[in-house]
Amino acid sequence: MAENEFWTEGDPIADTAAPDGPVETRWERRRFSAKLVNPANRRKLTVIIVGTGLAGGSAAATLAEAGYHVKSYCFQDSPRRAHSIAAQGGINAAKNYRNDGDSIYRLFYDTVKGGDFRARESNVYRLAQVSVNIIDQCVAQGVPFAREYGGLLDNRSFGGTQVSRTFYARGQTGQQLLLGAYQAMERQIGLGNIEMHTRHEMLELIIVDGKARGIVVRDLVSGEITTEIADAVVLASGGYGNVFFLSTNAKGSNVTATWRAHRKGALFANPCYTQIHPTCIPESGSHQSKLTLMSESLRNDGRVWVPKAQNDKRAPGDIPEEERDYYLERIYPSFGNLVPRDIASRAAKNVCDEGRGVGPGGLGVYLDFADAIKRLGRKAVEAKYGNLFEMYQRITGEDPYEVPMRIYPAVHYTMGGLWVDYDLQSTIPGLFVIGEANFSDHGANRLGASALMQGLADGYFVLPNTINNYLAAGPFPKIDHTHEAVVTARKQVEDRLEKFLTIDGDRTVDSFHRELGHIMWEYCGMERTEEGLTKAIGLIRALKEEFWTRVKVPGTGAELNQNLERAGRVADFFELGELMCIDALHRRESCGGHFRAESQAPDGEALRHDDEFSYAAAWEYFGADGKPVLHKEALEFEYVHPSTRSYK
Amino acid sequence: MDIKVRVWRQSGPGDRGRMVTYDVKDVSPDASFLEMIDVLNERLILDGDDPIAFDHDCREGICGMCSMVINGVAHGPEKATTTCQLHMRHFSDGDVIDVEPWRAKAFPVIKDLVVDRSAFDKIIQAGGYISAPTGTAPDAHATPVPKKDADAAFEAATCIACGACVAACPNGSSMLFTAAKITHLGLMPQGQPERDSRVIDMLQAQDDAGFGGCTNMGECAEVCPKGIPLSLIGRLNSDYRKAVTKG
Repeated sequence: MAENEFWTEGDPIADTAAPDGPVETRWERRRFSAKLVNPANRRKLTVIIVGTGLAGGSAAATLAEAGYHVKSYCFQDSPRRAHSIAAQGGINAAKNYRNDGDSIYRLFYDTVKGGDFRARESNVYRLAQVSVNIIDQCVAQGVPFAREYGGLLDNRSFGGTQVSRTFYARGQTGQQLLLGAYQAMERQIGLGNIEMHTRHEMLELIIVDGKARGIVVRDLVSGEITTEIADAVVLASGGYGNVFFLSTNAKGSNVTATWRAHRKGALFANPCYTQIHPTCIPESGSHQSKLTLMSESLRNDGRVWVPKAQNDKRAPGDIPEEERDYYLERIYPSFGNLVPRDIASRAAKNVCDEGRGVGPGGLGVYLDFADAIKRLGRKAVEAKYGNLFEMYQRITGEDPYEVPMRIYPAVHYTMGGLWVDYDLQSTIPGLFVIGEANFSDHGANRLGASALMQGLADGYFVLPNTINNYLAAGPFPKIDHTHEAVVTARKQVEDRLEKFLTIDGDRTVDSFHRELGHIMWEYCGMERTEEGLTKAIGLIRALKEEFWTRVKVPGTGAELNQNLERAGRVADFFELGELMCIDALHRRESCGGHFRAESQAPDGEALRHDDEFSYAAAWEYFGADGKPVLHKEALEFEYVHPSTRSYK
Repeated sequence: MDIKVRVWRQSGPGDRGRMVTYDVKDVSPDASFLEMIDVLNERLILDGDDPIAFDHDCREGICGMCSMVINGVAHGPEKATTTCQLHMRHFSDGDVIDVEPWRAKAFPVIKDLVVDRSAFDKIIQAGGYISAPTGTAPDAHATPVPKKDADAAFEAATCIACGACVAACPNGSSMLFTAAKITHLGLMPQGQPERDSRVIDMLQAQDDAGFGGCTNMGECAEVCPKGIPLSLIGRLNSDYRKAVTKG
């Protein structure tokens, strides 16, 4: 289909940065072919990095160590607070310390398969290769990973793989890894190699002569707008799960940095690939502001069930065994409660749609530990899950040792993001994108403990090698703050802020965000249909128009104004939400986190269409009223041959 | 339930600031404390008032951004709980709840309940790291770490740098924060080469940033949402004495 009501199709796109030949040596060959920058010249080159999570923090520290002049920006009050801090479970690495048959090739294989054959083999192989260096690096920094009595590192298994390759620091692995990167970064700040700007938000990208040369930022405390010039710009601004309003993301997580770059020409790939995590604490009321994840590890011992009858209002303890439906064990006898995230989430939605959900609004299923307590004893369960049970009780006021937990799926991670080549460079020269903000490594579904691996792989090892090849052509012609392109970008930002402040309508920013989130969850969540997506696009457009006429943003631009910050983020979420629906509409197949009801096997499982959809969908912005243009990057599988995932 | 909140309002660093009382009706016991403020703010915006500025981000107790003194206690009445994880079921109908910012010389108020905690980053810059440039690391198993040391280092490293310890301290001291980092890095074999310079430099940075001295009051450990124990300060002092003696 070349054109329809919602999009047009443009020329295909290809990744020309990746070498061909044996996958095992592609990264080595790319590093050798990439140009280098003389150490004496590095300090004359400035790199801007937006975001200080695992990807941005590790990249900032590493580039500064290499001698580049780094300018780093985050909206939080300290780089240590980026949302990577909240990651719980662990980080994968192909160390094979367990001697259980793991290898770089197996991690590569598992990741391509787990991504439902929608990721690039070259990138994933490199990710598996550098995974081993990440663990070495983090240990050298003093990251206190869990250890065994002999003093060596402990591992656990995770997310449906058959080897133990996950390194962890209790349920706070993200925190400990981020503190490692943060401390390396603070060391470079102290040495004067990184110029750190906290409480600053990027609101526009500056492009001069076709190259990314800087950003426009707002100082969130004073409201001052400044233009920042550099030789290259790196976006490490995270994912866009907050388009759903309720997600496990931090409240401030947003798409603005990448969306502004998209509007300036960077292609946005696979926006519809959203990971919905099956074990989160359900909503408790209309006041709900975010959702909290309960670690996937709980499914190792908890049994998931709902009543067999619809609208069964009895307390769980009053429902006899024979009137319960342990539906995961029933439908997936071989994997049972341990099926992958996408499968467990959809199954929960199905039983709730049948009217068998539990808790407020019928949007929940039980995760029951009664059998585990009987089998292992309360003490053993407490030792394994004590902190999670405590967290659950703190939030819900219910004691999971006595009554089963209630859980429900929630948006957790976004696999889509700005399109990048093997060098992690976007379609705008000089604009690099790393971590969750890019689209590259997870395909249509991310495996557990792989997000931390990718963020640190990009920041510590990949970008610091590939960015040299670009910077070797610099320093680029000097530009200053009076350059026409800089002045125009700045004016765009000022006009937009002014617009938010002058609408002076009668609805709050949050009320719009909540409504957008409902539309996205309903029609672009766990199950998508042509009819629903078409309807959602109409609803989003109408709501967006209403936003621009009725939103009320109090205060001024020249002060700390948290509602003004949110207004900008929500305005971008409207545009992103529409593109997500268009992407989901065009992909008439089910794969990974994208389930199209029209494309399922007779038993209700996801049905891919490799003949038609074995490509990454990279979208080009074509104006606020124009139709996005689809550029397809064909995916080739030379090593891991596409097969049907089955967990029955 | 219906409650009243008395909230510290201060338009900026130059404003003297004052407590202002607001009624909040129909508060759900399942709402978090921050969600209660969200609901109040939505109303303030529609009424044409300035909403209350407050720091928050992850809302799951790990980012360390939220920071409210509730009824005189940093992070409120529940032990080992950040403000974002405090729920309204711990309050009663008719309660009047005081909400104030962290108050310490080293944490100046920016607006309402938002304070500037960049002084913490300055302490880390002075030495709260292990110098290990990317690419220089030996194999992760090259140096075994006794499990009890690794576990104790982890416990200390769970500090979220929220600053409650400073807010609770009558002297506005950051000793518990600094001690947690000194302990984390000092227990790891990788942290030994810089152990002496680290403690001397971090304590100097702490003084330079305007934090007060420690007089072992113990209020810090009482309010710490992560349960960092007071004993770590003793460990820091011991490290400091050894470092200074060695010269």
